[in-house]
Amino acid sequence: MILTIARFELRRMFYSPLAWTMLAIVLFILALLFLVLMENFLSLIQPRFAGREGAPGVTDAVVAPLLLGAAVIMLAVSPLLTMRSFSEERQNASLSLLTSAPLSSTELVLGKCLGLTGFLVIMLALTALMPLSLAMGTTLDWGKLAAGLLGLGLLTASFAAAGLYLSSLTDTPFIAAVSSFGLLLFLVVLYMSGRSQEASSALFVYLSHFGHFLSFLEGLFDTADLAYYLLFIGTFLVLTIRRLDNMRLQG
Amino acid sequence: MAPDALIEARHLYRYYGEHCAVHDLDLTLHQGEVLGLLGPNGAGKSSTLQMLSGNLAPSRGGIAIHGIDLLEEPKAAKRHMGYLPEQPPLYPDLTPDEYLGYCARLHRIPASEVEAAVRLAKQRCALDEVGGRLIGNLSKGYRQRVGIAQAIVHTPAVVILDEPTVGLDPIQIIEIRDLIRELAREHSVILSTHLLPEVQAVCDRVQILVAGRVVYDRHLQVLEAAQPELFVVAFSQPPQPSQLAALPGIKGAQPLGEGRWRATFAGPHGIDALVDAAVKRGWGLRELSPERLTLERVFMDLVYHGQGAGQA
Repeated sequence: MILTIARFELRRMFYSPLAWTMLAIVLFILALLFLVLMENFLSLIQPRFAGREGAPGVTDAVVAPLLLGAAVIMLAVSPLLTMRSFSEERQNASLSLLTSAPLSSTELVLGKCLGLTGFLVIMLALTALMPLSLAMGTTLDWGKLAAGLLGLGLLTASFAAAGLYLSSLTDTPFIAAVSSFGLLLFLVVLYMSGRSQEASSALFVYLSHFGHFLSFLEGLFDTADLAYYLLFIGTFLVLTIRRLDNMRLQG
Repeated sequence: MAPDALIEARHLYRYYGEHCAVHDLDLTLHQGEVLGLLGPNGAGKSSTLQMLSGNLAPSRGGIAIHGIDLLEEPKAAKRHMGYLPEQPPLYPDLTPDEYLGYCARLHRIPASEVEAAVRLAKQRCALDEVGGRLIGNLSKGYRQRVGIAQAIVHTPAVVILDEPTVGLDPIQIIEIRDLIRELAREHSVILSTHLLPEVQAVCDRVQILVAGRVVYDRHLQVLEAAQPELFVVAFSQPPQPSQLAALPGIKGAQPLGEGRWRATFAGPHGIDALVDAAVKRGWGLRELSPERLTLERVFMDLVYHGQGAGQA
């Protein structure tokens, strides 16, 4: 049942021009960024560090900044995807199709989340093709690349979960999009304020989802970071399920 | 519980904050029956149907569908039910084929049987021609049909329709009513409406709701059968009320204004006496028409005049 909903959600995204437009724009921007980073690497970094031991390679100089750029773009884009899940359904009054079908709220929320994640994975896979194309001409640090991609995947999944919850709170998609963008941006600012020199705070850095992503980019795979993301996603999914159950009580 | 009851709701209450939308409502739907919930806007019809369809939790009371408690086992109970809300839950960017296929899957129809189920639902709702067009481009009447098709695609025992003909043009209304009557052959149907002719056209039984309470619950046949000899008479030179009442065979006369009266006769001889008297005394009889005790009068009496419940 979860898979039925997930597959449907994913397919429906591609029925509307939204998914295609989004993929096109995101990939265009990332491709430009990739080109700039490559250019930068070839003309500046490579000549300077040629022949030195332990110098930053192409994975550090190109792939990591590219994935960081992808994360920033996803932060702006994912609220536009998640706003559709519940807000738009409530606005169109189509949510009652799902709530009067023999489904539990858990199945419904997991299905929706999986569908969204599926779309994000497609976007991620297409992005990953850019650094992978480098493998034709040079050797990549596969471990670092894999860690970076995993981190990006977890980060975007956390965007999706948070957006899903905020979208279940309102029946105006625009408000859902703005509030989830706000929340995601707030977590980034939290990281920045936690890192600022005068008022550094380990708690703020820990709470922000961005900090955990950066260690993945450095090639660090820490189970604490993984646990953070799983907790983050789980919390928002449980909140969404509770919210749906509550809707039936409140009417 | 009654042996053939498909829906059995007992002592339903629903509060929105302080406001009580549904008050101590009992409802039973039998096999093969079309039940109409009739009431003015805001009487609690939609809330009742939302509760019966499992979209709204009752504040108090119990609902059983096909003998399964809806609140205890919602998943099992909902399998026996199709629900069309006031606004049909459609996705404008899909075609009816895709949409109905998804609905069938949501109701756990095995993948191999989905196509047949969709074809049957489309055929019953006369959607064959538009199966490949986008729902967003369909007319309102067709969208309503897609909504109904969605409610019957898994051949549930009970179909719940919330104001199925609202906002349609007269021809579409007739088509949808025919469709509902057609559905009643295989399903039991509950529908809500604020239109009296609709109930008379399609329902076997009617419950009238006023301010969240059931004030009337009868079979329509009973209603049709129980009419006394009621006539509306009109005169150009109206007599005194006492003159009318004195005529033999007239049980009562109620002035309606402008020389019109509603008269109750004891039998056919009463009518003869009235016509006779009208000719002899020069009252100038203008109209003499039988008045059926229609649902409309019952409804008007209950809703606007607050007369006692069920005084048919």
